[in-house]
Amino acid sequence: MRLSVQAQAFDPGAETTAFTKTATGAGAVVTFTGLVRDNGGTLSAMEIEHYPGMTERAIATIMDQAVARWSLVDALVIHRHGRLAGGEPIMMVATAAPHRADAFAAAEFLMDYLKSRAPFWKKELGPDGATWVAAKDADEDALSRW
Amino acid sequence: MIEVLYFAWVRERIGLPRERLDTQATTVAELVAELSAREERYALAFSDLSSLRVALDQELSSFDAPLAGVREVAFFPPMTGG
Repeated sequence: MRLSVQAQAFDPGAETTAFTKTATGAGAVVTFTGLVRDNGGTLSAMEIEHYPGMTERAIATIMDQAVARWSLVDALVIHRHGRLAGGEPIMMVATAAPHRADAFAAAEFLMDYLKSRAPFWKKELGPDGATWVAAKDADEDALSRW
Repeated sequence: MIEVLYFAWVRERIGLPRERLDTQATTVAELVAELSAREERYALAFSDLSSLRVALDQELSSFDAPLAGVREVAFFPPMTGG
């Protein structure tokens, strides 16, 4: 299990290759990469603030739950903070399991919980200045299915 | 002494990322009331608690939670990770 909260960019392809190589005994690897939406070309940058310490603790707790519930062989979460440009990868999740259903479910679970339980806050910088991205009710509702 | 942290627009409204406080508050709600009474910028930041979340020692908590033994309180808007 690996968790990284980092300012620097990462290469989702290289991360997937490395994760797959070490996922001994897995029959399925699912990955998800989240990108900065450029809002039709109007976004000049996104700034992501986080709560150092709590961020790592919250994500580790979510990952432990996913590994236990779906008997994962391995899991990976990378999440960036700081200033990002449109189109850049913000975060990625990878899960490895004996069978694909568990790998898919665990990846969705990790994503749903990262959205509203990991202390990150996104701010969009555009032509009308800076705006904090508001949390959606749908993101909170998504947790009820787990 | 208690360490109080603010994030995102809460930090911007209050104008501070963190501060150390000497407080008699026994619950989060009492701490919020104490801060709100201090200055207008706090009152503004805490005007709608339904749009705020609180963490005690880096665990999500609630506004009626007790502060006994707590070293770090953080106030922030609903999280927008992922």
